[in-house]
Amino acid sequence: MRAITALTIIAAGATLSGCAWILPDESHGSRPALMWIQSILVTAGPTGNAIGTLSWVMFAGAAAILLLVVGFTAYAIFGGRRTWMTNPHFVIAFGVAMPVLVLSILLLYGLSLTARSAAREQPALRIEVVGERWWWRVHYLGADGAHQFVTANEIAIPTGVPVEFILKTSDVIHSFWVPSLAGKLDMIPGRINRYQFSAARPGIYRGQCAEYCGAQHALMAFYVVAMEPDRFRTWLENHEMPASEPATALGTKGKELFIAAGCGACHTIRGTAASGLIGPDLTHFGGRRSVAAGSFPNNAGTIAGWIVSSQHLKPGNLMPSFVNLRGEDLRAVAAYLEGLK
Amino acid sequence: MTTNAQDDARTEKPIAKGDLPNTLPRPEGELDELERIWSPPRGFHIVSAVNNIYVGVWYVGASVLFFVLAGILALLMRAQLAMPESRLIGHALYNQLFTMHGTLMMFLFAVPAVEAMGVYLLPSLQAARDLPFPRLSAYAFWAYFIGGLAFFCSLFFGLAPDGGWFMYPPLTSYTFSSGINADFWLLGIGFIEISAIAGAIEIIVGVLKTRAPGQSLDKLPVYSWAMLIFALMIVFAFPAIIVATVLLELERAFHWPFFLAEKGGDPLLWQHLFWFFGHPEVYIIFLPAAGMVSMIVPAMAQTPLVAYRLVVLAIIGTGFLSFGLWVHHMFTTGLPALSVSFFSAASMAVSVPSGIQVFAWIATFASGTLQWKTPSYFVLGFLFIFTMGGLTGVMVAMAPFDWQAHDTYFIVAHFHYVLIGGMVFPLFAAFYYWAPTTSHTPLSERLGKIAFWLMFIGVNITFFTMHLTGLMGMPRRTYTYIAAMGWGPLNMISTVGAFMIASGVLVFLIDLAKNFRPFRAKAANPWNAGTLEWLPTGEYQTRSIPIITSREPLWDQPNLARDVQEGRYYLPGAPTKTRETIITSPIDARPQYLLRMPGPTWSTVLAALFTAAFFFGLTIQIYIPAFACGALAIACVIWWIWDTDPGPDVPPVDIGGGITLPAYVTGPVSHSWWAMIVLILVAATAFACLLFSYFFLWTVNPQLWPSQPASFPHLRWPAISAALYLLSSAAVFAAGRLLARVPNRSAAPAVLALIAAILLIPLPVVIEALAQQSAGLSPSTTSYGAITYTLVAWQGFFAAVLMLMGLYTIARSLAGRLSAERRVTFDNTGLFWHYGVTQGLVTLAIVHLFPRILG
Repeated sequence: MRAITALTIIAAGATLSGCAWILPDESHGSRPALMWIQSILVTAGPTGNAIGTLSWVMFAGAAAILLLVVGFTAYAIFGGRRTWMTNPHFVIAFGVAMPVLVLSILLLYGLSLTARSAAREQPALRIEVVGERWWWRVHYLGADGAHQFVTANEIAIPTGVPVEFILKTSDVIHSFWVPSLAGKLDMIPGRINRYQFSAARPGIYRGQCAEYCGAQHALMAFYVVAMEPDRFRTWLENHEMPASEPATALGTKGKELFIAAGCGACHTIRGTAASGLIGPDLTHFGGRRSVAAGSFPNNAGTIAGWIVSSQHLKPGNLMPSFVNLRGEDLRAVAAYLEGLK
Repeated sequence: MTTNAQDDARTEKPIAKGDLPNTLPRPEGELDELERIWSPPRGFHIVSAVNNIYVGVWYVGASVLFFVLAGILALLMRAQLAMPESRLIGHALYNQLFTMHGTLMMFLFAVPAVEAMGVYLLPSLQAARDLPFPRLSAYAFWAYFIGGLAFFCSLFFGLAPDGGWFMYPPLTSYTFSSGINADFWLLGIGFIEISAIAGAIEIIVGVLKTRAPGQSLDKLPVYSWAMLIFALMIVFAFPAIIVATVLLELERAFHWPFFLAEKGGDPLLWQHLFWFFGHPEVYIIFLPAAGMVSMIVPAMAQTPLVAYRLVVLAIIGTGFLSFGLWVHHMFTTGLPALSVSFFSAASMAVSVPSGIQVFAWIATFASGTLQWKTPSYFVLGFLFIFTMGGLTGVMVAMAPFDWQAHDTYFIVAHFHYVLIGGMVFPLFAAFYYWAPTTSHTPLSERLGKIAFWLMFIGVNITFFTMHLTGLMGMPRRTYTYIAAMGWGPLNMISTVGAFMIASGVLVFLIDLAKNFRPFRAKAANPWNAGTLEWLPTGEYQTRSIPIITSREPLWDQPNLARDVQEGRYYLPGAPTKTRETIITSPIDARPQYLLRMPGPTWSTVLAALFTAAFFFGLTIQIYIPAFACGALAIACVIWWIWDTDPGPDVPPVDIGGGITLPAYVTGPVSHSWWAMIVLILVAATAFACLLFSYFFLWTVNPQLWPSQPASFPHLRWPAISAALYLLSSAAVFAAGRLLARVPNRSAAPAVLALIAAILLIPLPVVIEALAQQSAGLSPSTTSYGAITYTLVAWQGFFAAVLMLMGLYTIARSLAGRLSAERRVTFDNTGLFWHYGVTQGLVTLAIVHLFPRILG
């Protein structure tokens, strides 16, 4: 009984925390707020759509074959002695000929899809994504392949044009996966994988690491935000700029505290003294939708919570819990970070 | 060998129809003596029993224990996942739980369970008194049981591995898993590998060489066929995982880089080796289960299996095809489209043999009348669940779909359908079906049906739901998920289903506790089945060994059971006053000789105990006790095999029907020759995997291979090594010639030749290591150095084994147990010696010539 009570309490807590997710760009109407934005079946790009269609074809075919097998079994058991079913020709017809025919057709379909996925166009944009334990470092590349600027855990792309992702890892194997747009591709030490896909319409699509990568593999997600090309250009220009100055007195205090507390040893905020490379770049952190690689919605409250108890919320990650930051100071740092749009 | 010609002339008669080989009444006291010779040790000493009716049942029981333990771990995981963002279990424990659940289910439940059923069932299915190497089975069981329990206990100390059952480096290498958790996995798997291979050798020789006279390959039960292919698959698949675990342990312990990209290794090497084992593994589990179904369906439908030949072909075909699919576990690693397409096609092709079997069973139902008993329920449940799993298997064989479904809950759903459907349900059918062959009372029909419905509905609730969870984007191996993802309700349903399965298993355990009374079978054939395991049995299996003229002898050969029990067939007593069985020819099952088998012994139990202690000592880094235990384990093995190879000390034996069989043979007729050949196949496959690793690492980083002649050892060193190898082989060959003159002349020259061989065999390894070292090669700097020294060390291990075998052979000679006639020990040592030398020569050629050819 006690276990059930405990489970109920946990469930209640979980439901409350779940309500906090509100995505500013797109309202999905009903809660849970993130449902169907990481699904194989609700897709928004040509690659994902093609696999979605393949999936439905196979589901239907599988259901038909399952019905056939169940039907034959029932008929064999209850239908009395059926001589046409009791000789090897029946086994050859349905155990060999039928599967060979069905599978050959399916294979041709699958191979054409595989070949199409392997085809490459000239990409409109190149983005290098590096898997880290347990977040995503995102470099936007210029035409010459050089790093333009770096961000983390959220990737903006323009709609309607092919985008190439250059996938690397800095530690163990991760897997880059945005099911609404395309299948997954691993990030393997010593190898560089390239992946090309596009988003057909604007929207927010969630991705998540799909290869077990250690303690916090469960909390390693990210967003792909697809925008109309015009909006994307604005986004790009904004992100190429250094961080904005805090607009409020609280934010200004927060900026000083951020530097004083030594956050810059691991984080970079371009335009300030903070230039660490270990953790995610925070230059435009306030504009991102999540804290801790898709673990929490991004607002002053969750930022503050993350700073003081990151080891409690995502044990084993590289950021220590800054338990000494309290009250007004903590609010100031959170306000500063939230303001980095 | 001379015995061959005699065999053929001798055994023409028994297969022809005619009078039964032995007449009634049987001599006074014959049965009593047979019973006395096969009677089990009393009291606590029962632990030292080695015959399959004891070891087989313990073996099955232990696998059920690990099934329950791994299931409990699954329930803990399901409790954690029932609610989003649950804090019931931390990530640290959860990651250990899913690693242990997978590892236990695969290595400590599924493979041992099917192997155990084979050890238990095969002799009675083939009317043999036991498998040919009873002590090897006992060792395989005890090594597995003791080692498995100790491995499981690592959970209680927080030391259980947490890198997933697939243990992908670099996550599991020393950089990211510095604790000894991963070592527990690697060394824990070590003795499971030993146990599986020991069992496979036993089963291959058992199926091929210990059959009822007349039980030719076309009359072999489908289950025997399945076990033969199963064991052969172990022989060719398990060496890959042995090599993989050795390489990873070398990397962890000594920092020899095989998988670390920054030093020229490649994580994908592990994936190739692991899945080259891992995919056949699935069929290694499924084929024996399918074999069981092919036995149960005809019995429950009271009609012979339709399309027997097609089913056997399907089993063989599955065995072949399953080695060509491993890359489908790696579709998302960024392979070229061509190899993706090839492995996609191969993965689909393997569903055809399964289709053949499914429709053969349906056809068998159609030609008979089903008995609605618990085994039928589980078989029908199997058909449904396995078909579902097969259909989703075709889906994930389609590479584009796999790019989405891979590593999501869709895959979790898929392989649980395949494995629970393809293995657990047939196993439960088998428990209910075959329990009466050992238990005085059958299992309860009522409880069995309750267990079935709870499990069947539970499995579908749990795992059908997981398809949807996966399609909604939930990845595997995640200890928590965010409530906003909306995966909560589906996960709650899966958790409820999991507890339902558990309650089904609990009902089964209650049934066992209430009704299962093993080792006390009464003569009964409750299903009116047609195969030989339903003959009346005693401690000695069958009173006399029948001639078989049909696939279902109990249906087609009238009075068979009565005649067997009265002792009218072959070998109705124990003429040599020891445990015996008839060894038959592999194709047409003609009697070849009488195998005298060893009886109960503590040596196998102790050998297993010390083997486990050796591995665990290594894992927890107490090296001196560990090596002491290793030495004790070797001593126990010598103790155990010392009684074998009895020599021609008894005259040929009349087994009835005018057949007189020798009680000792040497050469290719001998069961032990076959076992040695299988062992050499295992060794050669492992070596091939090592060479694959060498060339794989070269293709990834060819620039690490030296191109300047100055950086190689001088060619005179490998030339000297090769000469020493050939000399040692020549010495062994000469020893064989000299042995042919013993005991007419002194054994001293043969012993001296063996001593020379023993002194020669380690020298090339030492020379090779020193030559590489003086050329400046380090094992820990690059993958080239690591794999080169590994090849040398591998050969060093073989040299050590050969020296030990040589010394043992000399000891046999000094004890007067080696002569021109009594030479099985020598022949086995010689076979392995020549193999070891061949492997050494190939190693020299690769290590020294391949880089030079490149340069």
